[in-house]
Amino acid sequence: MSNDRIAFTVGPVLYYWSRKTLIEFYAGIAESPADTVVLGEVVCSRRHEMKLDDWRDLARDLAAAGKEVVLASQALIESEAELRSLRRIAEQGDFLVEAGDASALRNLVGRPFVLGPHVNVYSRPALAEHARLGAVRWVAPLELPLDAIARINPPEQPVCTSHNVPLVTEVFGFGRLPLAFSARCFTARHFHLPKDECGFRCLEHPDGLLLSTTEGEPFLALNGIQTQSAAQHCLIGEAQALRAAGVRRVRLSPCSQRFTEVLQWFDRVYHQGTRVDEARIALDALSLPGGLVNGFAHRQAGLQQVFA
Amino acid sequence: MSAPSTKPQLVCPAGSLRALTLAVDAGADAVYLGLKDATNARNFAGLNFDLAQAREGIAHAHRRGAQVLMALNTYADAQEPERWYRAVDVAAELGADALICADVAVLAYARDHQPSLRLHLSVQASATTYEAIEFYRERYGIQRAVLPRVLTLSQVGHVARHTRAEVEVFGFGSLCVMVEGRCALSSYATGQSPNTAGVCSPPSAVRWADGPQGVQARLNDVLIDVYAPDEPRGYPTLCKGRFHVEGVRDYALEEPTSLNTLAVLPQLMEMGVAAIKIEGRQRSPAYVEQVTRVWRQAIDHCAAQPARYTVQPQWVADLGRWAEGQQHTLGAYNRPWQ
Repeated sequence: MSNDRIAFTVGPVLYYWSRKTLIEFYAGIAESPADTVVLGEVVCSRRHEMKLDDWRDLARDLAAAGKEVVLASQALIESEAELRSLRRIAEQGDFLVEAGDASALRNLVGRPFVLGPHVNVYSRPALAEHARLGAVRWVAPLELPLDAIARINPPEQPVCTSHNVPLVTEVFGFGRLPLAFSARCFTARHFHLPKDECGFRCLEHPDGLLLSTTEGEPFLALNGIQTQSAAQHCLIGEAQALRAAGVRRVRLSPCSQRFTEVLQWFDRVYHQGTRVDEARIALDALSLPGGLVNGFAHRQAGLQQVFA
Repeated sequence: MSAPSTKPQLVCPAGSLRALTLAVDAGADAVYLGLKDATNARNFAGLNFDLAQAREGIAHAHRRGAQVLMALNTYADAQEPERWYRAVDVAAELGADALICADVAVLAYARDHQPSLRLHLSVQASATTYEAIEFYRERYGIQRAVLPRVLTLSQVGHVARHTRAEVEVFGFGSLCVMVEGRCALSSYATGQSPNTAGVCSPPSAVRWADGPQGVQARLNDVLIDVYAPDEPRGYPTLCKGRFHVEGVRDYALEEPTSLNTLAVLPQLMEMGVAAIKIEGRQRSPAYVEQVTRVWRQAIDHCAAQPARYTVQPQWVADLGRWAEGQQHTLGAYNRPWQ
């Protein structure tokens, strides 16, 4: 039990990267220790470097490279055009879909799907409700501590799907935390541009725009309509705690630089016996402004770093 | 303009028995209240109702022909979902006219155990589309959905036309710039959020101190804002602070403004919006009374003579006193920034 392999999911790229950058990034992922790759634009429908057909082409390539592929739907849906995109994702049958909101749930009922981290599940009966709809895997809400996750879907008594298969728990384990969504685009606002004529300035900020306090402390990152933590959430030291809580997958959320190295460090620590201290020093050196935090896992403020 | 098809219900906040009484007496069609615990999204000390107060408040409202909606709009905690279930039963036993819920666990319990209790989908459920609302209607039988404060006026109309559930919108009060129910900024900074604890930027985490540039407002040590001696100070709600982005110090997310939709009331009524909600269970009874009075007049005025409706200067003056940062906006309903 204690040495069970924890699968690695590469979360959707939350930023606006050029098509070329994305293709190169996923070529690297194809060679990485990742088990699953979540594809799709989940933040802003104005971002158009990749269309659904492009994502599906990429999905087939990654599947051919042995990766499980999941297509994600947008987290905040406001327009009819966005609903049409959602329906197209839901209707394709080649890949599992990750639900970004309740509009997606309505379109996925009765089929196997993944519950994305922005669908609110805070208790066992809520998870059981979604299992009845067809959820086979859930990405726990970011602010949920490990003790709550263990209570919601305990390894010894898991919530089961309608086919009596235990629902798989996935936890956000690395990356800037997508903390909030707004109708308003904060990147456009910063540049004094209207949202509909934003000039696609997100392309210039491959890890978001850093927001610091008046004292110069990195605090948040602006990513279009999404607000993230400046710090990267990092559960490199929590492998045993994750296993004990019944977590079978960890999500690593892409950053623009040396992301495959991050994946390799997780693989070494989780599965090859590399010491956490050594990995943490390496990851600290790779981290974005704001450093590494893990407070959410330990029922603390998310910006805390707790050393077990 | 044609006559509005419906006169929307005026739904007012009741953080206390006093506020409830004043709201009902000032013309609220319905008030919403929560119990004294984490089952509702305004879980502040000194606020909300114990059972005796709830009973008395409901009796008063019902005597005056007003409805009482009970907010049970946080997410049931993994440690004790039963507490939320008990609150559902309490609402039914007290004779509440509807429950306002966000959590599917709570909605399913209410549907299965209190089938005669009317269900409203809380704004905390983040239902921004008719597909999302229909999901909750088809599965849990919700009869009304409260829309997040991020939609434009035309998007509100589009949602209202495509769902069979009633639509309730925010008309006045503090403005959440983030989609409600999907914001973990407060728990990132303080460990407590609307979803987990029914609070945002909780008072227990606020620290005021004198610093070299002025008065500092901190939230669990994170510097949210610094006020020069002559600047008005606001409550340090995390998303309304001033921060640096690429060397520019500004309100990077949202300025401390309030929502006021009096100007678009005729459009909202024409769209068939079923209810208009006033935010502010944490505000004073005096706020509740005055805001209710103005909105009562506005809705009655608009329903009687929609073509001649204009926002009265006296309403603006009365409401202006209660605005955050003394500024009112139409929020997302019209988006100058779109």
